[in-house]
Amino acid sequence: MKTIVKSLLAPRKYFMQGNIACAEGALAAGCRYYAGYPITPSSEIMEHMSIRLPEVGGVFMQMEDEIASICSMIGASWAGAKVMTATSGPGFSLMLEGIGYAVMTETPCVIVDVQRAGPATGQATKPAQGDVMQARWGAHGDHRIIALSPWSVQEMYDLTIKAFNFSEKYRVPTILLADEVVAHLKESFVVKPEIEIYNRDKTLTETPFGTQEEDGVPPMPCFGQGAQLLVTGSTHNEYGIRKVADPDVQERLVTRLCKKIDNHKKDICLTERYFTDNAEYLFVAYGISARSSYAVVSELRESQINAGLLRYITIWPFDEETLKECALEAKVIFVPEMNQGQLVLEIMRILPHQKVIPIPKTRGEAIYPSDIIKVFRKYHE
Amino acid sequence: MSEHLYKYLRTETFPTPFCAGCGHGILMGVILRAIDELKLDFKKMVFVSGIGCGAWIPSPHFKTDTLHTLHGRPVAYATGVKKANPELKVVVISGDGDLAAIGGNHLIHAARRNVGLTVICANNSIYGMTGGQLSPTTPKNTKTMTTVMGNPEEAFDLCKLVKACGAKYVARYTVFHTKPLIKAIKTALNTDGFSFIDVVSPCPTQYGRRNQLPTLYDMYAFIKNRLVHFDALKKYKKEELAEKIIIGEYRDED
Repeated sequence: MKTIVKSLLAPRKYFMQGNIACAEGALAAGCRYYAGYPITPSSEIMEHMSIRLPEVGGVFMQMEDEIASICSMIGASWAGAKVMTATSGPGFSLMLEGIGYAVMTETPCVIVDVQRAGPATGQATKPAQGDVMQARWGAHGDHRIIALSPWSVQEMYDLTIKAFNFSEKYRVPTILLADEVVAHLKESFVVKPEIEIYNRDKTLTETPFGTQEEDGVPPMPCFGQGAQLLVTGSTHNEYGIRKVADPDVQERLVTRLCKKIDNHKKDICLTERYFTDNAEYLFVAYGISARSSYAVVSELRESQINAGLLRYITIWPFDEETLKECALEAKVIFVPEMNQGQLVLEIMRILPHQKVIPIPKTRGEAIYPSDIIKVFRKYHE
Repeated sequence: MSEHLYKYLRTETFPTPFCAGCGHGILMGVILRAIDELKLDFKKMVFVSGIGCGAWIPSPHFKTDTLHTLHGRPVAYATGVKKANPELKVVVISGDGDLAAIGGNHLIHAARRNVGLTVICANNSIYGMTGGQLSPTTPKNTKTMTTVMGNPEEAFDLCKLVKACGAKYVARYTVFHTKPLIKAIKTALNTDGFSFIDVVSPCPTQYGRRNQLPTLYDMYAFIKNRLVHFDALKKYKKEELAEKIIIGEYRDED
């Protein structure tokens, strides 16, 4: 249920690293359990949580690996806490089974993935955006998750709060898909006096795993409340009873797990538009790539070139309608990404008749405005 | 099951899925008797289990909060439950494959951390649910679906392992030792810190039938003939203990 609370940090301007702002955002949202395993470039989040959580009456656990981290956090969520973990590529890969379990059991939890250059160990201290598709499709089986992409220290704070709110509201694992640049960036950001948070509905119910509506979110009582919860990652009916061979139960459950996200895209999908009206050259980007794209678009506008930027804050679920609207007049659509082309596949699928140009960069460094301009010049008469 | 224990059970889920001759039903009863005798508030208990036959002892049968988790991870889940709400009594019930193979890392670290959990291993020395493959507690030289010529590997003594990691209370009994097992479970539930009980349970269906032990009686004799009490260990040479099942409470070595 939505409620307005006072910010935990005194309201003012702060100069902070993105990872620290993320941890503070989590605390402000009400996170009181953190379990993690050290991994560059996300470790500052856990270090900060280890100091701050005991100060606010929360629990910090350094677990034996990332699998234990996500599993213990799911357990803590069922014990009633708002929970988070943070990791990077290799750890994120290990967490995928747990993410699938959280989807199936509708367990609110926030996973921060500070993306680094992969595959495998790759370049531990270098940025990338290579986990976009893994975040969406990594856990096995048909499912939906929510993924948000911050482009500033301000958003490392704000979107962490939003991630908790979505996670609690829709009972779905929510991923903050950051990258090494925003995570280690130090810049100023503002803490407002009050923030809006969402606390999960803990109403006692006999059916914590089903609703009458095909896209509903049932209330989630927690352990010790007397709900006699039957939590299971196996296919289950609305009471939680395993039905591992019933086609109707499987269909109803999986359909609802997907539709509770798909049918609430209007609430979940966050985008920002810069000069997109009648843009001839449309840049579509997210995270730190969007920040470089913004510099490009501003520069082009100064040269009277009709360029615009559509920035995706919510990457998953993907907002198709806004893309179609912004692309109406576009002659060329550029998609700069710090990967070999991941979200661009989605854009090509949605705009099959338009010229969509990927601008990939996988050098373990940020995509610079000059990288984007270079490609743009080839398409601008 | 004795009727006075029905209040702890979702009797509508009966009959249990356990095969004829399986020891897990006895273990279920023994756990509930220990809880009943201690007069614990069942509403404030959470039973966490992984994947496998043993994991089905609490889920869906126990009429309180149950968390049926991923394969191998119940101890990690339970750690989160206990740490987030220390007022809850958190018990893990799962099999040997779940706790000691895929979940071995979580088991030793929870013991090292001394998390306030009671972990009960329903140890049938086999992967029963998946069709009878080798587990880390399968006795050496015996046959499974993945060791048709006999198991060439040594089995884990889980009590020794967990004890070495710092567990506060460790014991092993078989499901045939109901009285001492109830006592051990009560001690474990009253232990302040990490407690572990390895419960040897017969599996005639998947283990016995490939080792000329097709009935419960055969399995009973096979288990009984290998028993050695912890207090009598000094009477045996090390090599004599190779195939034995050590029962009793594992105390600190002198």
